[in-house]
Amino acid sequence: MSGHSTYQPQNGFLQWIEKRLPIGGLIHSSFIAYPTPKNLNYWWTFGGILSFMLGVQIITGIVLAMHYTPHVDLAFNSVETIMRDVNYGWLLRYVHSNGASMFFIAVYIHIFRGMYYGSYKEPREVLWILGVIIYLLMMATGFLGYTLPWGQMSFWGATVITNFFSAIPGVGETVVTWLWGGYAVGNPTLNRFYSLHYLLPFVIAGVVVLHVWALHVVGQNNPAGIEPKSDKDTVPFTPYATVKDGFFIVVFCMMYAWFVFYTPNFLGHADNYIAANPAVTPAHIVPEWYYLPFYAILRAIPDKLLGVLAMFGSIAILAFLPWLDTSKVRSARYRPLYRQFFWLFVAVCIGLGWLGSKPAEGIYTLIARILTFYYFAHFIIVLPLLGIFEKSKPLPNSISESVLAKA
Amino acid sequence: MTTVSSAEHTRRDFLYVATGAVAAVGGAAVLVPLIAQMNPDASTIAAGAPIDVDLAPVGEGQVIKVFWRSKPIFISHRTKKEIDEAKNVDVATLPDPQTDAQRTKEGHEPWLVVIGICTHLGCIPLAHQGEYGGYFCPCHGSVYDTAGRIRKGPAPKNLELPPYSFVSDTRIRIG
Repeated sequence: MSGHSTYQPQNGFLQWIEKRLPIGGLIHSSFIAYPTPKNLNYWWTFGGILSFMLGVQIITGIVLAMHYTPHVDLAFNSVETIMRDVNYGWLLRYVHSNGASMFFIAVYIHIFRGMYYGSYKEPREVLWILGVIIYLLMMATGFLGYTLPWGQMSFWGATVITNFFSAIPGVGETVVTWLWGGYAVGNPTLNRFYSLHYLLPFVIAGVVVLHVWALHVVGQNNPAGIEPKSDKDTVPFTPYATVKDGFFIVVFCMMYAWFVFYTPNFLGHADNYIAANPAVTPAHIVPEWYYLPFYAILRAIPDKLLGVLAMFGSIAILAFLPWLDTSKVRSARYRPLYRQFFWLFVAVCIGLGWLGSKPAEGIYTLIARILTFYYFAHFIIVLPLLGIFEKSKPLPNSISESVLAKA
Repeated sequence: MTTVSSAEHTRRDFLYVATGAVAAVGGAAVLVPLIAQMNPDASTIAAGAPIDVDLAPVGEGQVIKVFWRSKPIFISHRTKKEIDEAKNVDVATLPDPQTDAQRTKEGHEPWLVVIGICTHLGCIPLAHQGEYGGYFCPCHGSVYDTAGRIRKGPAPKNLELPPYSFVSDTRIRIG
């Protein structure tokens, strides 16, 4: 795509640098002159919010690591020390722990936005798959981090999640012992989880670079779901997108701050303020809210191996979305039937999340089974068939035309 | 310099293959310590040595919990009713068919020794709970009977039996 301007430094020193390392030109073409479709709405600001959240988590995380002790006898108390004794430790920890939730709120909106506007379709398949990989890495990082305070939920969450691998036929037990470094979750487990929790955010940052790179090769999708045809359809990234992203990051931070300052434990579990006890499992063990839909799928299936496979499958299936959706029209704006099925799918995901927080018995199990079936049916039955049978609305000729038609 | 047809095997081909093979073996050898370091270390294995448990203080109907290799071991002194319930079951109808005799030591029927870890996803079941009067796992609702056999719920197998033997009538050695 053509840019709106090219980078020509006036300053002699910058010219000298640019001849040797053209980093100024790279930044200029990626974040200043980069043409963005002019019809982007606020749902497109969540990429920026996610980058911001990754930064917040890395900075607060590095600082917390200066005060935390990854040992089964000391970890729980070191977190309490952070809360009570370390200067502003309470703030840093709440920003970090609530930051995980905010990160996931943003990523879910980002994923659903991609689904609504068909952002995964040709030529953005690789961009989408990189996003699925980032999401998986986020889930792993979130789980590892939740283990570190070494409370009851930390310990039993780690036990249940590592036991997923015991479902592997034949070598399951060997794999789990290897993951634990012992005969149960213990000090070696906590140590390695700490090491990996520190590592993975930087792996995420690396994949984010690939994600943004792929984005800048194929260009952004937009609410109309059609490619920009001329410079009239786009505006330069700076100031238009930077200011819009910046404004919404501030709005997002207001919600974030409300959680941090007014109800910092709302999204957590009281049980995690009890130190880990390998002899007693809490009566109601539930994962963090952002894993609940997958937890519901795990519990809906009455077979251990199949339950674990369905749970991992429910995430893996996202990577195949570009090929499961057979419609050539990207945006749900021009797909009247898909739009309804999309909202039904959102409702099913929220429903599964609600069921994940309920005990796995009676009517809850029945509803969880129906919703689990629908979750997979959305991908395997609804999307392939809609592309064949749905009659889509006529697409506008250009982004400019679609914007002017609304005005 | 003479040109050599690519179809012919040359000394250079041999060197390529040999170098590649050494690199592959070297790469695999490097993986061994990197992977093996995550397995239980020497002190963890040493701490997993057999333990002796005195059964004399355990009253009828009581379940005690001891730790062996960081795993909780449930030692249950079963009542006559519990033993009868465990025996009067059509084994063929069980998800993981085992008779009560296979789960206890001959001549020591009152004693049921199991690893107290749910075979579903590793939570610790609660003793004397659930509709079969055995064990109930609060995490995902698996129900075990008075012989620790899975009867209902997502767990695939009976509660595991640790290796143990009776040193005397009132003493067992686990491990």
